[in-house]
Amino acid sequence: MKKMKSVYLFLMLSLILIFAAACGKSGEGVPGGGHLSGKIKIDGSSTVFPIMEAVSEEFQASNPNVQAPVGVSGSGGGFEKFTRGELDLANASRPIKEEEKTAAKAKGIDYTEFELAKDGISIVVSKENDFIDHLTVEELKKIYLEKDTAKRWDDVREGWPKKKIDVFSPGTDSGTFDYFDEVILEKKPMRRDAQLSEDDNVLVQGVSGSKHAIGFFGYAYYQANKDKLKAVPIDGGNGPVEPNPKTIESGEYAPLSRPLFTYVNNKSLKENEAVYEYMKFTLENAGELASSDMIGYVSLPKEKYEEQMKKLDELAGK
Amino acid sequence: MSLINKEIVHKRLIKRMTANRFAKFGFILATSFSLMVLGVLIYRILVEGLHYLSFEFITNFASRIPERAGIWAALLGTLWIMAVTAPVSFILGVGTAIYLEEYAKKNAFTKFIQINIANLAGVPSIVFGLLGLTIFVRLAGLGSSVLAGGLTMSLLILPVIVVASQEAIRTVPREIREASFGMGATKWQTIRRIVFPAALPGILTGTILALSRAVGETAPLLVLGALAYVAFVPENLFSQFTVLPIQLYNWTSRPQEEFHMLAASGIIILMVILLIMNSIAVFIRNKFHKRS
Repeated sequence: MKKMKSVYLFLMLSLILIFAAACGKSGEGVPGGGHLSGKIKIDGSSTVFPIMEAVSEEFQASNPNVQAPVGVSGSGGGFEKFTRGELDLANASRPIKEEEKTAAKAKGIDYTEFELAKDGISIVVSKENDFIDHLTVEELKKIYLEKDTAKRWDDVREGWPKKKIDVFSPGTDSGTFDYFDEVILEKKPMRRDAQLSEDDNVLVQGVSGSKHAIGFFGYAYYQANKDKLKAVPIDGGNGPVEPNPKTIESGEYAPLSRPLFTYVNNKSLKENEAVYEYMKFTLENAGELASSDMIGYVSLPKEKYEEQMKKLDELAGK
Repeated sequence: MSLINKEIVHKRLIKRMTANRFAKFGFILATSFSLMVLGVLIYRILVEGLHYLSFEFITNFASRIPERAGIWAALLGTLWIMAVTAPVSFILGVGTAIYLEEYAKKNAFTKFIQINIANLAGVPSIVFGLLGLTIFVRLAGLGSSVLAGGLTMSLLILPVIVVASQEAIRTVPREIREASFGMGATKWQTIRRIVFPAALPGILTGTILALSRAVGETAPLLVLGALAYVAFVPENLFSQFTVLPIQLYNWTSRPQEEFHMLAASGIIILMVILLIMNSIAVFIRNKFHKRS
């Protein structure tokens, strides 16, 4: 029986230890600076996440009594919670859908859309690919659509190699796929032999590994892998344009520059001072943070942020 | 003419010896293959992960700047979740196992329960996440809290603990029980003093292995609304939280190489935690085996 007791004791002790470890340090960060306090609930797109993570980090550095954690339920998951009134801010890499609008209305939730930055969906091929100089939107369709699909590169344009095209695409759950589906595929089915992955890093590996592969993803992934990949200039009707911060910001890189949003619950904005201050901070800093190297998106023109700042003040009644 | 044809015997013997050698070779190959994969995995993680591994990496919060990033919030979140999951799943799981093995009559109904428990062990973890979201987060109004996360994880590993505990209880010899009854002990006394202690090593091993699984789960907690960027540690059971696997997943999905290296550093920490938990399981098992 004595042995039993020692094991019970051992178990108890380890549990207490776990608790002690968990409780320690919890008082950290409370003292000092910042009159503001409160909690802000932010969730949504994993594409927008890096921007909001940066904003939250900087905001909490100057307002240590505010808790502004960020979740990554995806654009759809974020809106689902937002329209139930569970969130203050919903991040999204696409505009709110009709059915989500209806859900918000049913719960009596008023919201406002704010644009934070831009992303250019980059069409990429391997660095070793020496024949491709640009693609038109029509040619992109030929490569990606299930109907009348181009099996080989010479089906896309004459003179290109008689080699099979290896097609890569983000998974159907991602906002990137949604956007491509809407502007390029126009909601028609994608070819079935395309290789899909939810992890964009897998796409980077896939495309860079084959001379005859093609794929697409957010500009940040292209930027981080410039040594392995080549971005294909896209001709949307006004001549080929390659994705870079300038063409994405101006919208010249059409139709593949897409806006990144956060949606704010108007009620939180009016009633919670922390939410207003947070949004103000976001609009002041999102551009610079989003375009930093470690995030890799593109900032909006300055006026755009100022305009939205006015909208914010009006909503909050300042 | 001799009764034994030496030539045929010799031929068959060689055949059997060859088969023997092939089998041995096959098993060695299987073992070395898994060892090699493990070795490559650990090597890669160490090479990538050691760069950012430091004391600050453990005590800092996540950051957009890799040099400043750490896993403090995620590490404590994981410990908090474990602090809820371990007692809840242990008490419920072992209680269920004792009832099913010692009290319940062996009829069609208990058989039905048994089959369902075994099936539950194979249900994808995300389903438990959805269950937790509906019941704990929304219906019970717990929000995306440590408590809701811990309870969901308990449900997830409960079937494994029940099955492991049942197996352990079943291995306790009938004679010991009967001896206890013969001495005039009641059923409860027998369970408490005879069956439970004898089955404990098996029960604890099963529990700790199940908990190790819970430590590595991401999907159910993401569905619950666990966060990805948290710059505070949980203060009580109703705090919001993040856990190590979510933080790691988040880092690996980022485009920049630096974040992948951070993820590798985090994996080292997670491996250390799992290693400690498994050593505890081994330690307990050995301690008890000596006794009996």
